[in-house]
Amino acid sequence: MAKVKTHVNRRSFLKLSAAGSTGLLIQFSWFSSLAKENPNLEAAYELNGFIQIHTDGIVTIASPNPEIGQNVKTSMPMIVAEELDVNWENVRVVQAPLNTAIFTRQLAGGSRSISQSWDALRMAGATARHMLVKAAAKGWNVPIAEIEVSKGIISHKITGNSTGFGKMAEAASKLEIPEEIDVKNIKDFKIIRHSKYNVDGPDIVTGKAVFGLDVYSENMVFASILHPPAFGMKLKSYDASEALAMKGINDVFTIQTYPEDFVRGPFDTSAFPELIVITGDSTWRIMKAKKKINVEWIPIESHTIKVKGFRNPKAKEQTIPSGMEETSSQYISMIKKSKEKAKEVRKDGDPEKAFSEAVKVIERTYTAPYLAHSPLEPLNFYANVTDDKAELIGPIQTPEYMEKSVAKRLGMTLEQIDIQMTRIGGGFGRKLYGHYLVEAALISQKIKKPVKLIYTREDDMTFGAYRPIYHAYYRAGLDADNNLIAFHVKAGGIPESPLYANRFPAGTVDNYIAEEWAIESNITTAAFRAPRSNFMGAVEQAFLDEVAELAGKDPIEFRLELFEKAIKNPVGDKNDYDPKRYAGVLKLIRDKAKWGTSKQGLSRGVAAYFCHDSYVANVVDLRMENDKPVIEKVYCATDCGIVVNPIAASNMVEGGSVDGIGHALYSMLTINKGRPEQNNFHDYHLIRNNDAPWDVETYFVDSDVHPTGLGEPPFAPAIGALTNALYKATSKRYYHQPFMIDIEEKYLRNNENV
Amino acid sequence: MPLYEIHVNGETKQVDVDSDTPVLWVLRDNLRLLGTKYGCGIAHCGACTIHLDGDAVRSCAYPISAVGNKKVTTIEGLSKDGNHPVQKAWLEHDVPQCGYCQAGQIMTASSLLAQNSTPSDEEIRRAMNGNICRCATYTRINRAIRTASKDM
Repeated sequence: MAKVKTHVNRRSFLKLSAAGSTGLLIQFSWFSSLAKENPNLEAAYELNGFIQIHTDGIVTIASPNPEIGQNVKTSMPMIVAEELDVNWENVRVVQAPLNTAIFTRQLAGGSRSISQSWDALRMAGATARHMLVKAAAKGWNVPIAEIEVSKGIISHKITGNSTGFGKMAEAASKLEIPEEIDVKNIKDFKIIRHSKYNVDGPDIVTGKAVFGLDVYSENMVFASILHPPAFGMKLKSYDASEALAMKGINDVFTIQTYPEDFVRGPFDTSAFPELIVITGDSTWRIMKAKKKINVEWIPIESHTIKVKGFRNPKAKEQTIPSGMEETSSQYISMIKKSKEKAKEVRKDGDPEKAFSEAVKVIERTYTAPYLAHSPLEPLNFYANVTDDKAELIGPIQTPEYMEKSVAKRLGMTLEQIDIQMTRIGGGFGRKLYGHYLVEAALISQKIKKPVKLIYTREDDMTFGAYRPIYHAYYRAGLDADNNLIAFHVKAGGIPESPLYANRFPAGTVDNYIAEEWAIESNITTAAFRAPRSNFMGAVEQAFLDEVAELAGKDPIEFRLELFEKAIKNPVGDKNDYDPKRYAGVLKLIRDKAKWGTSKQGLSRGVAAYFCHDSYVANVVDLRMENDKPVIEKVYCATDCGIVVNPIAASNMVEGGSVDGIGHALYSMLTINKGRPEQNNFHDYHLIRNNDAPWDVETYFVDSDVHPTGLGEPPFAPAIGALTNALYKATSKRYYHQPFMIDIEEKYLRNNENV
Repeated sequence: MPLYEIHVNGETKQVDVDSDTPVLWVLRDNLRLLGTKYGCGIAHCGACTIHLDGDAVRSCAYPISAVGNKKVTTIEGLSKDGNHPVQKAWLEHDVPQCGYCQAGQIMTASSLLAQNSTPSDEEIRRAMNGNICRCATYTRINRAIRTASKDM
């Protein structure tokens, strides 16, 4: 049995208290595992989670992280319930309110929710169980070791005593917490690793689940915004007389979300800090009337803003260039920039010498466009700001960060800000950036009424904060025996580089160089599901498929040979992946997809990638019909450590694979004179049911190690496997996403020699 | 201002709205039936799907003035206790991720099965093509429809 510490340096991660007549309250630090690395980190001791054991045996577990579809509201409480030995049917899960006084890192992003809280949740459940058992042993005057617990019932066979958790709750609250606590053997898990249905499922299928857009209150005013139609523009003047004359319209005015001297937090991204606001008595009327506002927009001057980093709290100046950009000129700038000298991030051996000695050399270039996250629930927030309080309710992935920004912007204290999290109707990274929360608060503060701010789909899609546009150049050299002896990656983007210099195949090649570059822009970008990996994973795996072909090797065997080298004799000591686990998912997919066999009429491709501490390998089976792929099957093998909730984990992998494939085939946001050229789902193409893979089969590596991320890892390797299967089906290599648009013809052919 | 009578989920309601108001916003802003969602406003994502005399209709682009005497059914009125075969199948397959589109998916699927209780896989994909699931749960949606089809 493993032990988990409940204290470090006599400081406790837990606190027990009697919850009046309602039972026992166990508060605990959700992030106590952070103290392992840094025992002096204050955040590790902040009591930010709670379990309440009610006298009737019902157990309430608060989930502090926003639920955005990643299943944390079900999976995290399962971990507590496992160690507590409670009947899962008696567990109630609630969304904890944002409270920075007691909660920390209330953030949905980076696929880290489960990974960061695994130890803490086990500790909390096990401690609660231990205290209840100890209270029973004391009360019955029997040895602790003789007591058994099953499904929330404490019993002692010899004396015949038996009672529910609720009855022992008060006595347990008076006992001392032990320094460390036993947690279960993994093989004894009865809840973890056993599928549990989504706790919100019944509410979702009956329309009762409350999303941000579903927050209504009496006397609420409806509000909508107008932003510049192009990046690089700002407001000059407007005439709202026609709109104001329309029925149900209250007012039209402007707000400054982020004044120029405002020091922005890491999630205060907005290309349009000044907006026109329209308010009225219903959604439909403001949507109609906003079209009647006549606005004059003018170009911005180049300027700087102050922004605090995500890890570095010191504000840095960021340049916002003037000008109206174009997709076509962006491709030209990237081609030019990729030929210039770039920043060297990692170098092993002597790559240039190795390339000059190589018998075969292959070089390829890949690109991917802007993507609009397009969560199906558009940006929206409810705000009721009075003189002494700001009540803010809606979908937000970063409540803790936005609390600070909105308090500063409203001129209020943190204590006066009350952010309440609803279920989130998809985010994919977009709802990390909470300008819309600040906007709603400013509108309410100005009109002194509760307000509901709604972005139309068009507003949501044209407001910016897109997945950056990327470019990657790869070069590989083989010796006479077809061994990979030199590897070069040079990646960049607008406005950031997607490079991960220490990822595969780094560590497997003696002569390796990784370089990066970036180009400034006034078009705002944002983290998008599997940031940077969503591009690098896909194109690296497509390139390796070509290298394997050039070497005359099977693509799986070729990769396994490289991993073998990284296991036995790795190059460098900064490689960020575990080659054994990487090879493990490839071997699993080889077996499950029966690699090497073929189905009549189907072409297959394979890929594997590591990100967010997890490993995923895919095989895609497809055929072409009217120049479009019909994807009959996707096989996925995943190693994410212990699988907490198999049915939900599988859902995440199925959806993540289809999401990756969909974006790589169809999605692209283009810019013309600064204007986004797509503004709704009629011209911005997301994958739909008829084009989606017919089936996704998921497999997980049977593992006893700490669970890791799952929301993001399946995205990139599915694209890699798709790209490689498309080659088999069409004999054509695909280099530029999205594959169903001829990027070469439209943007590149005439510009290759710039 | 025009006054409309609308038959929703077995009840008759009066609403005082502009004649071009889409049924979606009547349901949400006036009747507070919030299960029907806004996704695009141009009938291209299906989040707002309701039944009009049993037919799946995109309520975001269907004006109140065109409803007349037709009976409106929303996700809240699809079944008494969430026990429509499609809803049960959705739970059995644990379909939802974020959940936002799922009411619309269920309304399209239940209308399909009411008209064709044994659709082929291809018929399912075609019928569901107007409903975007941004989490891309399409594989589970289609499995759930096949399961519900056995129960119709």
